[in-house]
Amino acid sequence: MPADLNLRLGLPGSDQTDVDAAKSNKRASPEKAEDTASNGVPAAKSADDHETAPAPKAQIVGWPPVKSYRKSTAAAVKKAEAESGMYVKVSMDGAPYLRKIDIKLYNGYSHLLTALEDMFKLSIGEYSEREGYKGSEYAPAYEDKDGDLMLVGDVPWEMFMSSCKRLRIMRGADARGLGCAQ
Amino acid sequence: MDPEPKKPEDSPSNSGNSHGPVHPQSPFPDEALEKVLSFVDSHKDRSSISLVRKDWYNAERWTRSKLFIGNCYAVSPEIVAKRFRRIKSVTLKGKPRFSDFNMLPLDWGADVYPWLVMFAKVYPFLEELRLKRMTITDEGLELLAKSFPCFKALSLSSCDGFTENGLKAIASHCRNLTEVNIQDSITEDVGGGWLSCFPENFSSLEILNFSSLNGDVNFDDLERLVSRCKLLRVLKVNESITLDELQRLLVHAPRLTELGTGSFLQELTPRQYEEIETAFCNCRNLQVLSGLWEATSVYLPLLYGACASLTFLNLSVATTLQSGEFAKFLAHCPNLRCLWVSDTVEDKGLEAVGLSCPLLEELRVYPADPYDRDHLDGVTELGFLAVSRGCPKLHYVLYFCRRMTNAAVVTIVQNCPNFTHFRLCIMTPSQPDYLTNEPMDEAFGAVVKTCPKIKRLSVSGLLTDRTFEYIGKYAKDLETLSVAFAGSSDWGMQCIMEGCPKLRKLEIRDCPFGDAALLSGREKYEMMRSLWMSACSVTMKGCRLLARESPRLNVEVIREEGGNEAQALKVYVYRSVAGPRQDAPPFVLTL
Repeated sequence: MPADLNLRLGLPGSDQTDVDAAKSNKRASPEKAEDTASNGVPAAKSADDHETAPAPKAQIVGWPPVKSYRKSTAAAVKKAEAESGMYVKVSMDGAPYLRKIDIKLYNGYSHLLTALEDMFKLSIGEYSEREGYKGSEYAPAYEDKDGDLMLVGDVPWEMFMSSCKRLRIMRGADARGLGCAQ
Repeated sequence: MDPEPKKPEDSPSNSGNSHGPVHPQSPFPDEALEKVLSFVDSHKDRSSISLVRKDWYNAERWTRSKLFIGNCYAVSPEIVAKRFRRIKSVTLKGKPRFSDFNMLPLDWGADVYPWLVMFAKVYPFLEELRLKRMTITDEGLELLAKSFPCFKALSLSSCDGFTENGLKAIASHCRNLTEVNIQDSITEDVGGGWLSCFPENFSSLEILNFSSLNGDVNFDDLERLVSRCKLLRVLKVNESITLDELQRLLVHAPRLTELGTGSFLQELTPRQYEEIETAFCNCRNLQVLSGLWEATSVYLPLLYGACASLTFLNLSVATTLQSGEFAKFLAHCPNLRCLWVSDTVEDKGLEAVGLSCPLLEELRVYPADPYDRDHLDGVTELGFLAVSRGCPKLHYVLYFCRRMTNAAVVTIVQNCPNFTHFRLCIMTPSQPDYLTNEPMDEAFGAVVKTCPKIKRLSVSGLLTDRTFEYIGKYAKDLETLSVAFAGSSDWGMQCIMEGCPKLRKLEIRDCPFGDAALLSGREKYEMMRSLWMSACSVTMKGCRLLARESPRLNVEVIREEGGNEAQALKVYVYRSVAGPRQDAPPFVLTL
């Protein structure tokens, strides 16, 4: 499994580097003349690249040729998206009512879990890939896009943010049967 | 003024006198010739006229009142001042186009100040100044404001160097101002306070465009200004103006022909909604509409009443627009000839264009998120195809997409053989036809073979020398060519230099063209406005050779950090009668 999919719940901030690696935009340098075959037709390298995992990509100066003031429009769109929030309901087994949180406010799993621990006055325990959440009564789970109940922490944070529809804090005993992400 | 091959004459004392005798060999008295020439506006025609014979040259120079200088370094203020005496309108263009994309270091040049100093001395009756890609400082704007009592129109397109203070000087001192038109400004810190500096009795404004300036303006002052300028026909405000503020402005200016709205995102009460709707309905003369930042489906219907006579719709900054609401909007714009959109409308939106806009002549699709490579949305070849099917009059296209096929382009140009401007940008460099994995050569081959009138071409995708063979062979009217990440060898550029007789502007980046390619154009560069080559395989040696052979060309190399000494990573070549630049910064070497 690629290094960037390994998970660990370390201190806040350390998750960030994993996330950054996963979504890095570094780009290999574009095709140069040396790549052409003798008949003048360049090897169709780019096409093959599309079939494998995308290479890390860097931003090329001045490309695409879009004027500076339009760039700020793109930034404004991101800002608008950032400001809109990503609210999901959070339920806890046995609690009479639900809460709602904005996942966008958190920068990683440990940040989110600490917040949940605070909100519901409980402790969630240590995550491990193999054994889920050990050493506590509770385990955090979420409902994904397909409606399946998943254990929080198996997938990269970014993927979690975009697929999480609802959070559920389950009693430890019930959570033990939850499968990990493929 | 395009510099001619011969040196300009500079003897104003003879034969220019309009009351002089008839020239022995001329069928016309000078007076008659000058009268006729006073009707000739086009600078290209005037250029031709001035080459016929010496008395025509003189008659032309005495009667020219509009100056067009396509490259400010092709000629000097002194030369211009000697030749023309009665200039009222000046258009000056400066930096090479790639400066729009941050490829030129700051302080590269194109400062208009020396020109203003000359104008103040020689053309005191100057009325109009139109600048593109030039630097104009506050000092320059102040000089402008104070030196020309008849000054009427200021147009700044992609310019920088000024702040609010310069604009304040203009607003305060120019009593007869009819136009303040600032487009695509890249200056960040221009506040809006200058709009409050127009005197209370000032009412001559006809064109006001500050849409690209970010600063907040004092709305009450703006409203008062708009209400007393009864001749106002073009008003383009910036994002800081809200919808209900816009409504108040529209109440004062129902005769607008061009409107740029402010932000279109606001919580409106039903009453406000109605008032705004009414205000738009009262704008019966609207031909051009732009702005619409953050426009969403909720408020777009407000505009429906204003769209019947709309010919140009610029939605390129309305990046929250989706295909459904866009399609509904289009149904209200049957007379559209020119449409600029963001690619958030996607192929579905373009299908609606094909269905609703039979008169369409120009389409531009800009990427909402150009740098996000994971973003797989936007438009594809399907959208372009749909437009070509429904819009047979299409002749200008600028299309940013993430995938394209040769077959699609072949079909597109069959549907629309009248293309004059074909600018296709496949956003991943060197990307092949996504279905066949082949180079995109046949696509551009089809464009030049099928569209005899093609004047401007931007190519992209995976391209071999074959593309350039096609262009050199078929694109006989081509004037402007932009090339990036393309070609296989020097031969590609050679085909262009040897093949396109009308080529005027060539800009190339990241292509495997070296000294041989550069030198293959040595006969041609003097007939062109300019050549730009960056990140190619050109060396200092090649540039020096070109410079040595061509005294009437300025061969400039922009030196940047890193890179080895022998390479010429950014080369700018242009014809000039003024010799090397006097104001070149240390990183620009003129060879």
